[in-house]
Amino acid sequence: MNEQRAARSVEAVFREDRSRLLALLAARFGDLDLAEETASDAIEAALERWPVDGVPDKPLAWLLATARRKAIDRIRRDRTYAERLAVLQVESDRAAAAVAPEPGFDDIPDERLQLFFTCCHPALSSEAQSALTLRFLADLTTPEVARAFLVPTATMAQRIVRAKRKIRNARIPFRVPGPDELPARLPSVLRVIYLVFTEGYAASSGNDLLRPDLADEAIRLARILHRLLPREREVTGLLALLLLTDARRAARIDAAGGQVLLEDQDRALWDADLIAEGRRLVVPALTGPGVGPYAVQAAIAALHDEATDFETTDWPQIVALYEVLLQIETSPLVALNRAVAIAMRDGPEAGLTLLDDLTEAEELRGYHLLPAARADLLRRLGRTTEAAAAYRAALALVGNEPERSMLARRLAELTDR
Amino acid sequence: MKYLLLINTPSPDSSEERPAQGPTVEEFMAFEKAVSDAGVKLDGNALDTSNATTVRVRVNGERVVTDGPFAETREIVGGYYLIDVPDLDAALDWAARCPGARHGTVEVRTVWEPDQS
Repeated sequence: MNEQRAARSVEAVFREDRSRLLALLAARFGDLDLAEETASDAIEAALERWPVDGVPDKPLAWLLATARRKAIDRIRRDRTYAERLAVLQVESDRAAAAVAPEPGFDDIPDERLQLFFTCCHPALSSEAQSALTLRFLADLTTPEVARAFLVPTATMAQRIVRAKRKIRNARIPFRVPGPDELPARLPSVLRVIYLVFTEGYAASSGNDLLRPDLADEAIRLARILHRLLPREREVTGLLALLLLTDARRAARIDAAGGQVLLEDQDRALWDADLIAEGRRLVVPALTGPGVGPYAVQAAIAALHDEATDFETTDWPQIVALYEVLLQIETSPLVALNRAVAIAMRDGPEAGLTLLDDLTEAEELRGYHLLPAARADLLRRLGRTTEAAAAYRAALALVGNEPERSMLARRLAELTDR
Repeated sequence: MKYLLLINTPSPDSSEERPAQGPTVEEFMAFEKAVSDAGVKLDGNALDTSNATTVRVRVNGERVVTDGPFAETREIVGGYYLIDVPDLDAALDWAARCPGARHGTVEVRTVWEPDQS
């Protein structure tokens, strides 16, 4: 019984705080490999000791102390780690001076912010940033990260090894950027979380539209980041955006796994709690000078969530917010969304004119939503032949199966008439 | 930790459009003073970009000497600094301060250590 309780206890500590332990060790050693290795050594030791000695009062402190002893053993065994031993001692002395002699669970600093900034360091490729963040902050296994990116496990393992090697050999530091650097460094952390979410929200390929595990991980990461940086409005804005978007999850797919567009969704299926939480967060994210792109997108999502149906949505306000967004970042993708909103406000003709201006945009080449949006407006104008051609163009570009079948259905409806 | 800052400038032979104004001597002198005063500079020089010669030795031992830099590229290494700083962030800060970064690019490389995997 004791053994079971101990095992459960280890599991509980690790589900919640494995990333915290790893971040503490990484910060202390400046080395992810050593942190990973000693973290798993410490778990193993806990599984051995706790059933015999009982679960310690402060499990994380126990694991941390054990991991540090394991690190010192490891370094003594291996001479190439000698240099790191010096670092380790300096760092642990500094840490010992900084914390109370008997650190309790809550007295131990949360070093995950450092780990976020290291994993999302601009010297690493965008792919590596996402992989490291899922591996070490979301605590996914390498095969799970590989599945998330739909690449073979061996490919992902190599990508992670290479990224860790660069962190070590180019000495990418484990530190939180100062206030003057934060505006330049925070966006890459936010972007990684956002990309993980969007991949979960509308998978770029595969048979499922939604990859809810990834969306959940992204929200979990955004929550951690928000706890660590409660006053950074774009962090608040990002969390709000993810919650307000994810709130519609249940309504976005039908029983057969097919995509349901916003206009056809059963709004009763939307998650009222998530919407309420997201709306509470939007207010501080938008308040004050220099509003950021995530806060604006969150505000747009909130307007959709508040509307009782598609037609009575506050389209003028949504158009205005897309214009604010365009001023922050000129992006053809934002322009595309604005065109669709204008079509709702002023009619399909007005939207179509704007979409036609976007067909030359390099960034939208190969993006199925541009022809899909054109097709939709042409259909509403009754220009059936052109609409059918646009649906076919979208079908040639779409990546995931549910979106493909939705477009095919629309095309069939047109040509059947 | 030693980092090499390779200052790439638009090649004099390049047909690419070049920035209206290159870095001035004064700007480079100011950077030279800053990097020296901070005590991080181990070595550094500007290189003559107009008279590169490339040497290659074939498998059979034949020495092949050609005029010009190795590859036909838009940029050529116009200078370098070898600096000793604690980590990559510090190296990137110095690279960003280098006038060459505003008129070309500065590539930051680490010195290979024998024990690293």
